[in-house]
Amino acid sequence: MAYKNVLKYSDVTPKADYMNRRQLMGGAAGLFAGMAMGPALAASKYSTDATPNTFEEISSYNNFYEFGTGKDDPARHAHQLTIDPWSVQIDGMVDKPGSYGLEDILAKVSQEERIYRFRCVEAWSMVIPWYGFELNQLLNMAGVQSGAKYVAFETLVRKEEMPGIRTVNVDWPYREGLRLDEAMHPLTIMATGIYDKPMPKQNGAPLRLVVPWKYGFKSIKSIVRVTLTDKQPQTTWNMLQPREYGFYSNVNPEVSHPRWSQATERTIGGGLFAKRKETLMFNGYEKEVAGMYAGMDLAKNY
Amino acid sequence: MFVKLADHLNQGLRKLPIWAVYAVGLIWPVWLFYLAATGAMGIDPVKELEHELGELGLQALIVGLAVTPLRALTGVNLIRFRRAIGVLTFYFVAAHLLVWLVLDVQILSEIWKDILKRPYITVGMAAFVLMTPLAITSNNWSVRKLGPRWRKLHKLVYPTAALGGIHYIMVGKTWEAESLLYMAVILALLGWRVHDSRKKQRSRAIHRGKSAKPA
Repeated sequence: MAYKNVLKYSDVTPKADYMNRRQLMGGAAGLFAGMAMGPALAASKYSTDATPNTFEEISSYNNFYEFGTGKDDPARHAHQLTIDPWSVQIDGMVDKPGSYGLEDILAKVSQEERIYRFRCVEAWSMVIPWYGFELNQLLNMAGVQSGAKYVAFETLVRKEEMPGIRTVNVDWPYREGLRLDEAMHPLTIMATGIYDKPMPKQNGAPLRLVVPWKYGFKSIKSIVRVTLTDKQPQTTWNMLQPREYGFYSNVNPEVSHPRWSQATERTIGGGLFAKRKETLMFNGYEKEVAGMYAGMDLAKNY
Repeated sequence: MFVKLADHLNQGLRKLPIWAVYAVGLIWPVWLFYLAATGAMGIDPVKELEHELGELGLQALIVGLAVTPLRALTGVNLIRFRRAIGVLTFYFVAAHLLVWLVLDVQILSEIWKDILKRPYITVGMAAFVLMTPLAITSNNWSVRKLGPRWRKLHKLVYPTAALGGIHYIMVGKTWEAESLLYMAVILALLGWRVHDSRKKQRSRAIHRGKSAKPA
């Protein structure tokens, strides 16, 4: 029979212990940028109590086309990526545009663990214990101007370190975008780690977006640019196939992808005989986010 | 020298019993299933097994289609194995379909919806339906019984191959190099047949003392 993990991560290492370890490590070195913030001992109210996938699963099954289209390509090739130094260009309709060093950003935000469900548009899902900070902290740091309505993101493009840039036919850089209210929502985070480890490069080190109620491709990786704008930004998958991937791309079991149903999902880590799971509206975050889409036709605004 | 090489190869191939081809072909998907079930096929064994079996089916289909052009162009003769290759192709594709039904989609009502509503699945199913009579008639009795109609019927392998290639391209999230390469090979093998039959028609026409070109 398929192996079924009934242990929770917290059964292996009590949360207080690994939180403490993080605190100790953080105290030991500001070297580990991003891990150094004061730990929140209480679990976030936004975290799910579902059992997270293993670190191994999360870091070896990735879509990151800059490193190739295969699920194992990112884990194979991402080691080439240089992530230090790293800075993020914040521009557009902000009070303080400029290049923000990652260490400077991390010194000013407060990070915590967020265990989120993660649902890919390809109809598979995981549960991932992210570590990071709410995007609204970064946006407030830069000062959002009143006319801004959207946030646009861009991934690094570095041909020498990203083989997919040369071989995959996409108009690089990878682009994503959110409406401003989505970006400011407390569920929306910039993640810097998984479990108590720094973000693996194949998962989008050193800084990536996580929007848990949207399909995974919205959660753009290895971000180098954030732009506040009053126009709906272009997004990579929408540019590639507008009929299949909309700007919103909220998880919705009732609106199927033209080529497959979104009603159910394969849970990664369940083995060959795992039962499919029903997909939840807004990936189970309906209570928190549905209000933002009140009155919108979600079949049209897919 | 090239002819000699083909002769050597043919001599060697004559010693290879057909049952060995069947044995390897039959065991191969079982082996893949074993790998998937024991966790040796990575994090997402359902998709991986489904993909491996589908690709195996396409590869076998391509080898089967390559038999005739290979003999014509190089003299290497695989015709003895062609029935085994064809039967195994059907077996691989059936296994691919079964994994999709039982392990991937799982829900009967969803399966019907998928077949009718999703073009890439409709195309894949069409290919499977076209293959089925070929598998059923792949025995000596049918060859005798159907006579010249047997050859005609088995030309269904051409649209099957084209549909299989299209199915693979449509499965991808974008235009993927690998599936396009498969399609290119399939089109080349089908294209060769068109070219070859035109050539034969022309020479037949010349034999009959008529002009090769229409007036």
